[in-house]
Amino acid sequence: MNALRTMADDFRARVPPWGGKALAAALIVFAILLPFSINQAGTLMNNCVLSMAFIVMGLGLNTVVGFAGLLDLGYVAFFALGAYTAGWFSSGFYADANVHVGVSKYLNALPGVHLNWLIVVVIAAIICAIAGILIGLPTLRLRGDYIAIVTLAFGEIVRVFAINGDAIHLFGKNYPLTAGRQGITPVDQLDLPFLEPFNQLNLRPWYWTALVLMLIVLLMNIRIRDSRLGRAWIAIREDEVAAASMGVPLVKTKLQSYATGAAFGGMSGAFLAAYLNTVNADQFQFGFSIYILAIIILGGLGSIWGVVAGAIALTFINYYFIPEVFNDLPSKFGLNFNLVDINYLIYGFLLLMMMVLRPEGLIPERRRKLELTEGIGVEDSQLGTQGL
Amino acid sequence: MEANTGTSPDAPALARNTADRVRGFLNSYGLILVLLVLPVVYGIQDLKNDGNLAHLAQNLFAGLSNGTIIALIAIGYTLVYGIIELINFAHGDVFMIGSFTASQFWSGALGIGLATSTFGIAGGILASLIVAMLVCGVLNVLIEKVAYKPLRNAPKLAPLITAVGMSFILQNVGLLWIGGSPASVDDLIHAQQEVTTILGVHVQRADLLAFAVTIPLVIAMITFITTTRLGKAMRATAQDPEAARLMGINVDTTISATFFIGGLMAGAAGLVYALYETTIWYFQGFQGGLLAFTAAVMGGIGNLRGAVIGGLIIGCIQQISDNRIDPAWTPAVVFLYLILIMVFRPQGLFGEETREAG
Repeated sequence: MNALRTMADDFRARVPPWGGKALAAALIVFAILLPFSINQAGTLMNNCVLSMAFIVMGLGLNTVVGFAGLLDLGYVAFFALGAYTAGWFSSGFYADANVHVGVSKYLNALPGVHLNWLIVVVIAAIICAIAGILIGLPTLRLRGDYIAIVTLAFGEIVRVFAINGDAIHLFGKNYPLTAGRQGITPVDQLDLPFLEPFNQLNLRPWYWTALVLMLIVLLMNIRIRDSRLGRAWIAIREDEVAAASMGVPLVKTKLQSYATGAAFGGMSGAFLAAYLNTVNADQFQFGFSIYILAIIILGGLGSIWGVVAGAIALTFINYYFIPEVFNDLPSKFGLNFNLVDINYLIYGFLLLMMMVLRPEGLIPERRRKLELTEGIGVEDSQLGTQGL
Repeated sequence: MEANTGTSPDAPALARNTADRVRGFLNSYGLILVLLVLPVVYGIQDLKNDGNLAHLAQNLFAGLSNGTIIALIAIGYTLVYGIIELINFAHGDVFMIGSFTASQFWSGALGIGLATSTFGIAGGILASLIVAMLVCGVLNVLIEKVAYKPLRNAPKLAPLITAVGMSFILQNVGLLWIGGSPASVDDLIHAQQEVTTILGVHVQRADLLAFAVTIPLVIAMITFITTTRLGKAMRATAQDPEAARLMGINVDTTISATFFIGGLMAGAAGLVYALYETTIWYFQGFQGGLLAFTAAVMGGIGNLRGAVIGGLIIGCIQQISDNRIDPAWTPAVVFLYLILIMVFRPQGLFGEETREAG
């Protein structure tokens, strides 16, 4: 293991300083050209689109957990809110209303609220940012592990509302809050300016849209991380008291982190709602929060490129390797279940192993790595002397 | 607070003083007021409709007996938090494994069914109780060794994440064991059968079982922790692990013992749950664990008596919500309470007994 690490360090030292940027540029060009070489409606294409949506989610959670060090176990709430925003404002769900803004002729003829997706995604980001602040407020005075539980509780409350929301009518009889387990479907397909309306038969436009969304969020993430705000988050993560005494306003900075993370989650949620063509209460389970958490743990907490790698890896594990390649593996050993049944066992195991063996993740962020590995592997006799 | 428009120069100070007093009052009694909302509202409603409080009393009694299960699980959370300041996220799933072990043990290993004689059933339940408790105790110790011990000096985030991972692993073990949908358990004790009625409150056999298992266990455990040598070591480690080590206490053993006792309680809770609800499923640990954690926080985490009382209170809230509002909304009601506690009184009803609190 150590030899491997030395080799990696050695390799890093030999790469010229512009190497990173060149690699990023090459990867982006590759990502843009990739759809031409694969089936336009195949599984691989679908997984690529999902990967990018989950990268956006992961980057959002990473701003909260990775940068600011606030463990959010209810991230699914923002997926739900983003998706419901798409459901409310771009589907035939509220058939009594007739609102059409910036949509094609075909959608113009349909009843319901139909806003252009570009408007929807902005609304989703705003709604989620507000929700993120609301969820963040009660956690401000709390210590780390209580934050995890309160955010989890919020996630579950949102799910309960999603399931039972078909009985809540805030604005009249024909305007239920959600469609419960039946789901709001269909959701308007994307309809961007200068382009033909999207459909499920050709996933290429979806892919490029997701890619653009991801690149925007990625760029924002890098810029925010290196800004005053990002440095303040990292300072809070490393030592809250020290950060406060250096003049970092804790309340404002923490709330900004919740709002930013939530807004990214909402954008991705609005995309996924249109892409998956349904907004269904059963999509918003606690397991989803853990799935996104596993993405950033696998990639490396606080590491932007780690999130990218982690999201791609886990999406392919979850949507390709588990259901299609290794699904019947247990039966080959005479066990009577499919691998799909226990995918969360795999994530659980992954979280456990990563945290014990390589807490800094696959592509570690330098500073985070120092924090996470410090104190591990101390002699047993020293245990407990560092504040247990 | 800032809504002061008085002209006198003393007015802002006065307003601030009042605001402080209101805040002080909320801090001391806010949680109790919040807790009283549900019973008082429905009590008034009962008095208006029926002229007596029998319905509410029935809810509260069922809540208390239901709450014993939550209290048993909450003890495990509070003990572990008290000693290593970690939310043992997997604890709820240990409770689920307890339910599975107990029901599988009496139906599989002992072959006890509805046809078995009363004496046989009683003996079988007792044997299953011991087995379930031991299995969960050992399981909890193993979890600590695998998932938490290597990370004892890592940032707090790390063991919390392994705890979530462990919880998912156990849940899937349960899923593979019994299957994805709730499985019914033989109603060995005829749980719904009524024993007696006191003041309009119906006492069922399940209630008696819950109290019969929980009360002796809790008394035994509190006695153990307050009187024995190991119990004293546990309290010392909870206060200051470093000083405890200097005094010659083996901190690792003490931590293992704490996990073991927490597991024992979870195992007992699992057995009572299986007999009480007569259905078990792999997801019961998630819900039960969160309820129990809420209970532990409500009582003041680290505080044993607080955990027990918190469990009973959460049981009542859950019961009232199930019965009067809608079972579908119960999780939201309980979580709303959790958030309110966190906002108004994060130290809980009886104050915490942890290092961070002091």
